[in-house]
Amino acid sequence: MATNVAASRLQGTGTNALELDGVGRQFGALAALSGISMRIAAGERRAVLGSNGAGKTTLFNTITGDFNPTSGTIRFFGEDITTLAAHERIRRGLRRTYQISQLFTNLTVLESVYLACRGVSRRRYSLLRPRASDGAMAQAESIVHAVHLDGEKDAMVGTLSHGQQRQLEIALALAGAPRFILFDEPAAGLSPTERRDLIDILNALPKHIGYIIIEHDLDVALRVSEYVSMMHNGRLFKEGTPEEIENDPTVQEIYLGGGHRHG
Amino acid sequence: MTDLTLNPTRNRLQSQNWIEKAGIGHILLALFLLIYPAMASDFFLTQIGGYSLVLGMIALSLMLLAGYGGMVSLAQITVAGAAGYVVAIFGENNSGVYGFGWPWWIYGPLAIMIASMMSALIGWIAVRTEGIYTIMITLAVATACFYFAQQNYALFNGFPGYNGLRAPEFFGVYWRDPVPFYYLCLANAVVAYVAVLYGARSTFGLTLQAIRDNQRRMRAIGFNVTAHKVFAWWLAGLIAGAAGILLVWFNGRISPGTIAVGPSINILVIAIIGGLRHPIGPFLGAVIVVLMQTFAIDLVGAERFNTLIGLVFLVIVFISPDGILGLWERFKPQEGRDNWRSFKKAANKSENQGRNA
Ligand SMILES: Nc1ncnc2c1ncn2[C@@H]1O[C@H](COP(=O)(O)OP(=O)(O)OP(=O)(O)O)[C@@H](O)[C@H]1O
Ligand SMILES: [Mg+2]
Repeated sequence: MATNVAASRLQGTGTNALELDGVGRQFGALAALSGISMRIAAGERRAVLGSNGAGKTTLFNTITGDFNPTSGTIRFFGEDITTLAAHERIRRGLRRTYQISQLFTNLTVLESVYLACRGVSRRRYSLLRPRASDGAMAQAESIVHAVHLDGEKDAMVGTLSHGQQRQLEIALALAGAPRFILFDEPAAGLSPTERRDLIDILNALPKHIGYIIIEHDLDVALRVSEYVSMMHNGRLFKEGTPEEIENDPTVQEIYLGGGHRHG
Repeated sequence: MTDLTLNPTRNRLQSQNWIEKAGIGHILLALFLLIYPAMASDFFLTQIGGYSLVLGMIALSLMLLAGYGGMVSLAQITVAGAAGYVVAIFGENNSGVYGFGWPWWIYGPLAIMIASMMSALIGWIAVRTEGIYTIMITLAVATACFYFAQQNYALFNGFPGYNGLRAPEFFGVYWRDPVPFYYLCLANAVVAYVAVLYGARSTFGLTLQAIRDNQRRMRAIGFNVTAHKVFAWWLAGLIAGAAGILLVWFNGRISPGTIAVGPSINILVIAIIGGLRHPIGPFLGAVIVVLMQTFAIDLVGAERFNTLIGLVFLVIVFISPDGILGLWERFKPQEGRDNWRSFKKAANKSENQGRNA
């Protein structure tokens, strides 16, 4: 599988879900990102690794439009989305989770997921209450089930445990019909059981949904991705299959050498 | 809705009979309001009852924006005033300027439409800001409108404004007579109240509360946050506009004084004294402030009146940041406590109880 993906990348066949060309982001004098170019095929599952402050989250923010890059272009399924409004990118099938959960503390779990389904469909301005038979509501129920939150579906988000909030983050990214998802350290702070759950959820995603996952825990990263990109100081410095990355001397030195961080 | 429950986020779609749906609190309140004219003098009916309902509606439009949307506006009386000026210009007045004498069923909807558009416009300006800056920018808009109305004679008839506005007569009733006016205000207030209560759980209501909680996340699930906020302002403008019409029928006049900074802050005080957590709050606040305005002036004099209302405001905010509603919440039985402000406390509490057990 991994080799297939690598091969298709080399041949450049098919549409790419994401194409980044020379993407950079300055914060004042700090270049949080510079010259990032990458191609990710539709349906590909990619891990991004890198030390703290490497620019991984910043990369996600520029892709989803939380803020725009200061240089370069970003294409999503062939369309230039570099300066498109964030919500427009979402409606085109891009999704994300946040490293620090961004949730609606005063809504219930089901309401949150329902909104996420509604956000990419019609009748967003409806002044009627959603019916149980509403398509978006039905989808929300099934997503809540998929992330193992059935028991909590009527609980206020603010009362959830950390692990449950992380699951809800994922649920919000699964709503609608995602084509490509950016997961920002979904496993951070999870217990070993919750981690296993997470891996199951990711592996159970439909095959056409590609994603990038930022993950400090190599064991998790390697189990849910086919290809790995390494970042350091705002640059991409190495791409390869999990095996290539694990055995690469520079990677070992920069990233693994210091002993990789758990959580 | 069970009782006057203050936790709007927990109601599930359950099959209930209409008594359970409306809640015993609502039914008792409705009964009281319906038979109130039988007990009250004309003064209490109009100056207290009708006026409180009108101010309550304007404060309700603020509650909608602030409580659900997290946008505190000081321009709600300005929006109501816009409707009032439309009534003066297109209806009848004694000021000898304009007063086209159109029937109420044309100028009424027109007034509400213009007020709501104006509200949307103010919202469109204000949604670029957050928190305290929203308050500042809406205050700036309100102040600008006040001075403009005061200096512009061509349209607003300047300082004197318009006098001699008359409520309409139809179905053989003069709607400014105490009993009809009270019921007219009550009907409007009930429609607005029920609409807000129902709408809070609607798709758009949830959207608005989600925007209040986390705008960034809302964008990241596909919502155009700015457009949704502006829509909320437009909806609030419908309520404030309708109230504005009633207000000028009540006063019989409109002048820049109606939309001055004082009245605009008054609306904020009403909403905060009552509580921003449930649409009943603004009406409670309005009754309290109107009663104080009517009777405290006799006791302490007009001069010290503002000091008094300021003190009451401080005391209430000090003991309960959620206004009267918060007080009610604190002293009522356990069950309703897990609302959106205090659910953390409640959660900690039950956790502690679990630990102790
Ligand atoms: N909004 C911002 N304003 C200023 N500097 C920022 C901002 N966001 C990120 N940075 C800086 O950009 C650099 C990259 O940050 P980023 O969050 O992308 O790192 P990361 O790889 O996600 O790290 P971590 O593993 O800790 O999440 C850091 O030096 C950070 O301080
Ligand atoms: Mg990060």
